[in-house]
Amino acid sequence: MAAPRILFCHCAYAKVVPPEVKQEVLRRLCESGAGFDAVPDLCDMSARKDPALKRIAESGAVRIAACYPRAVKWLFHAAGMPLPAEGVEILNMRTQSADEVSRDLLEKS
Amino acid sequence: MNKTQGPNQRIVLHEGPGSAPLSSEERYRTISALLDSGFEVTRPSRGWEAARDDGSTILILENTELKAEAAVAAAREARDRSGARQLGEWKPWFPVIDYDRCTNCMQCLTFCLFDVYGVDENQKIQVQHQSNCKTDCPACSRVCPEVAILFPKYKNGPINGDAVRQDDVRREAMKVDISALLGGDLYASLRNRTQEARKRFSTERDESRALLERKRCLKELGKDLDIPPEVLMSLPSVEDIHERAERAKAKLAARQARSQTVRDARPAPTETEWGI
Ligand code: SF4
Ligand code: SF4
Repeated sequence: MAAPRILFCHCAYAKVVPPEVKQEVLRRLCESGAGFDAVPDLCDMSARKDPALKRIAESGAVRIAACYPRAVKWLFHAAGMPLPAEGVEILNMRTQSADEVSRDLLEKS
Repeated sequence: MNKTQGPNQRIVLHEGPGSAPLSSEERYRTISALLDSGFEVTRPSRGWEAARDDGSTILILENTELKAEAAVAAAREARDRSGARQLGEWKPWFPVIDYDRCTNCMQCLTFCLFDVYGVDENQKIQVQHQSNCKTDCPACSRVCPEVAILFPKYKNGPINGDAVRQDDVRREAMKVDISALLGGDLYASLRNRTQEARKRFSTERDESRALLERKRCLKELGKDLDIPPEVLMSLPSVEDIHERAERAKAKLAARQARSQTVRDARPAPTETEWGI
């Protein structure tokens, strides 16, 4: 079975995600052989109802590195593209370490 | 183009057969540079599914174009050609509703002076004009009695999306809200204020006192609700707010009439529920 897809949020417009955490997570993703999608700012995409959110929400299991799961869940919902109830794992770069986030993102299921 | 419209340019980094793979450091620099410039990036890889094509504008970069500067230049060129959106000047700051908590009480809609909120065809509260929201102002989240309004880029929980704890609910139940600060119902108090102010203006003509009082009140509000000074400065006058309350009341009457006409099973909100 294919590993869940990975989505990395760069939180470009604010410093709420510690830069050293997001940089380190991105660095680890780049070092790994994993395929992934990286977006500049999920908040911005939600406000724009970016079709990419639909693509992500509808493509099955996904691991998302962003911020608080409650925020990410309702950002997708606000864009009219709710995440599925199953198969979504949201990792919080505001509170978790880069080690934890990258380990959970890259773990083979 | 409005700041909350338009597709982004998606870039696919192709390092498969026929391309020259990057070192992981180069890959990191390239992807970081593309993200900083506002591009969505997909790095496909065998065994790891990337999100599929959805018909948005895609530029596939390979070989020499994969190096950071060249990649950003090529992506910019593609964006200019396709008319995709530029990285905005707008910081995406807007309220997000947690519908697991929201009770559709409409306090946020009544409170917000900038028409950020609206209702859908089922009279359900919605954030409709995100870009009207005043950057860094979380005031409406303070009036929500259910702790249901998030600002993902806010510094503190639970407004930033952190779990809502019993203490937060208790605090909200006590409602450190604008109406409490102004001493009771906001619009009623503003109505009184307007009347008092009019009386005062006509008798004493003490405009500066009224202005001072308004300033003091706003300062208190700013401190308690973490409202940035520039937002306070752009708040409408008491008269504008008064007019808005009247408009909201008229809208409510229209809604109530409509909901009776269509025999909506749910009772229309009462004046108290709307907080006007
Ligand atoms: S979803 Fe979270 S991490 Fe992503 S841009 Fe919004 S606040 Fe930042
Ligand atoms: S104030 Fe809170 S509970 Fe009431 S409608 Fe707005 S979001 Fe929902």
